[in-house]
Amino acid sequence: MIQPASPDLITVYIDGKEIAVPKGTNVIEAAKRVNVDVPHYCYHPKLTVVGNCRMCLVEMGLPAVDPATKAPVMDPATGKQKVNWMPRPTIGCATNVSPGLHIRTTTQMVKDCREGVMEFLLINHPLDCPICDQAGECKLQEQSAGYGRGYSRFVEKKNVKPKRTLLGPRVMLDDERCILCSRCIRFSKEVAKDDVLGFIDRGSYSTLTCYPGRKLENNYSLNTVDICPVGALTSTDFRFKMRVWFLKQTNSIDTESSAGANTVVWSREGVVYRVTPRQNDAVNDTWMADSGRVLYKEIRAAGRLDSVRVEGSESALEFALGAAAAILGKGGAAVVGSGRSTVEEQFLTRKLAEALKAKASLVSRVGEGDGLLVTADRNPNVRGALVTGLAAELPSATLGTLAEQIDSGAVTSVVSVGEDLAAAGLSEAQMAKISIIYLGTHANATSRAARVVFPTLTVFEKHGTLVNQQFRIQRFAKAVPGVAGAVDDLTVLSRLVSACGGAYLGSDVGTVWTALSAEVPALAAIRYSNIPDTGLLLDGSPWAALPFAEGASLHYKPGSAPQEAAARG
Amino acid sequence: MNLKAETLSRIDEVIPHYPVKRSAALPLLHLVQEDQGYVSSEAIEWIAEKLGLQPINVYELVTFYPMFRQKPIGRRHIKVCRTLSCAIMGGYRTCAEFQKQFETRLGDVSPGGDVTVEFVECLASCGTAPVVMIDDELHERVDAARARELSDKIKAGAPTDTGRR
Ligand code: SF4
Ligand code: FES
Ligand code: FES
Repeated sequence: MIQPASPDLITVYIDGKEIAVPKGTNVIEAAKRVNVDVPHYCYHPKLTVVGNCRMCLVEMGLPAVDPATKAPVMDPATGKQKVNWMPRPTIGCATNVSPGLHIRTTTQMVKDCREGVMEFLLINHPLDCPICDQAGECKLQEQSAGYGRGYSRFVEKKNVKPKRTLLGPRVMLDDERCILCSRCIRFSKEVAKDDVLGFIDRGSYSTLTCYPGRKLENNYSLNTVDICPVGALTSTDFRFKMRVWFLKQTNSIDTESSAGANTVVWSREGVVYRVTPRQNDAVNDTWMADSGRVLYKEIRAAGRLDSVRVEGSESALEFALGAAAAILGKGGAAVVGSGRSTVEEQFLTRKLAEALKAKASLVSRVGEGDGLLVTADRNPNVRGALVTGLAAELPSATLGTLAEQIDSGAVTSVVSVGEDLAAAGLSEAQMAKISIIYLGTHANATSRAARVVFPTLTVFEKHGTLVNQQFRIQRFAKAVPGVAGAVDDLTVLSRLVSACGGAYLGSDVGTVWTALSAEVPALAAIRYSNIPDTGLLLDGSPWAALPFAEGASLHYKPGSAPQEAAARG
Repeated sequence: MNLKAETLSRIDEVIPHYPVKRSAALPLLHLVQEDQGYVSSEAIEWIAEKLGLQPINVYELVTFYPMFRQKPIGRRHIKVCRTLSCAIMGGYRTCAEFQKQFETRLGDVSPGGDVTVEFVECLASCGTAPVVMIDDELHERVDAARARELSDKIKAGAPTDTGRR
């Protein structure tokens, strides 16, 4: 008999390869582990199984037992237990492993099944790949090349269906391309909890549609575009902009809130074209919010700062650093750090505050959480500020203390790292009373009032790390070069620190991390280069008592130790 | 929704017959259609609300079953069988005659609102083809002449019932 390696593991045989997989694993997932591809459309690991596309047909066999005695039936030729092969194929997505299960994916029967399913799927398909946005990342294209028969026997007329239905502001539907897998329907219902999609006129004219009068406009609508295996659902933003095979993929993090959804930034020749979610089963599964996908537009938004300025006129970096140091050197300096800065920047901000013997404050950014992937704390990296020692407590809603110190004359100059002091509550009079040094990406009241302005980079233009609500430190990489004229945040901060009398800690993440690991106990064992793609959990217990703003969301429960997520979210 | 008191009580009576509320969607659609003559989008939303569903779930059903109508029909519903036996025995001529009599086209409401003429599939009375149903009355051997007679009665508001169902 087959002995399970551990009680929860079940041994199965896929194309003769033995593998032990956890209970509840289906055949598609089990096969994946031995690098056997079971082609599929409707199955999605994060959605319920419906088994409606039939692409995943495989041959299945179970170990033979004597019906009377239940004793295993042995094959004298091999000395092993006999396998009873089922005469008919079965779908892999809805078949969970059982002890001793045998699966064959390479037999003639399986090949015929796949060819048959592909032929049916393509019967009414418009085959308009040359004008289809999905080309290059289309499962139908890939699997018809891999498993189809290669030519069509269909001589009848194809169905005509709506080609351009706007399901919502961000999602366009081409019904002729839809293969009726229902992934988008299940996503809307199960994950987004916005059950507006369905199939009408079921039969030869089955048509995906949104309930008349309603729209697919929830903040997660674009995930349907990601999981649509074909080109039926496309993003109105990305549609017809660029062929996907020209795009470079860079791992990044969604900075819209402390959820820290993992993302991929798709760019070409220095231009970002789209942002999509990257699977992280402990953070965002395979999803992200629509609102996080448009953040790349900030790179080229109006008002982007693109020159170092001193007293309003363009200047060299060297000169501006000198000017800033002179202003700050007079004493009475304060530092406003940011929960939107990276861990490295926050560390350098702390160093700057130390060099100036100034107090650092943070600005809070609290909204309403949606319970999924946009959390109440819209600062992506408040935990980073705690870990690096930039802050000991949570940011306050207003800069009240700072305002008082300005009024009393105790503070005469302020360095703001990307925070708009006016938006954070300082009055015009208070801002006029002080000398402001501003580091930031876009123009605002603070940059206009500042005596020295350093134009810095967006998350897409630099490397760094962020600590999300779970105290998971996650790395993002530079997708595109910074806009001309902008200076890396780390360069500005490091050089400011040294201009103000501190030690120079380097201006690239690697070097800054040497100091970071040496000085921050929580990060002692970590190097920038060894943070895995799915992040590293830090010990958040020293801050467990703080009243964090977040409520429960995907893979996060307030007040509980973060759990390594199970396969399904 | 302006449902008759009787329809409402039948709806409330039928729901608990099912282990899950959702399963009552079909009976509710029938009841509402009987009451209103068709299933309006208002009715779809009302039923969804009643059963704790989303409107799209009910809409999927309505579009799947050809017998649910999404538009109002005439006062009488003339259903002419077009399956093999009836087709051979002149069902199409019968249907054309009805359309001519009421100056209407298939599926439309006739100008005076008297009738809606439609084709249906086998009515299980193939031996007496061609067969027509007017609302829930069965009419056998309806050739063009009989279709004229029936039309006259309908126009005059006279009963057409033959007692057959
Ligand atoms: S639109 Fe795409 S995801 Fe939705 S059912 Fe059709 S093929 Fe599947
Ligand atoms: S993946 Fe569609 S039936 Fe299995
Ligand atoms: S074919 Fe008309 S009743 Fe059967």
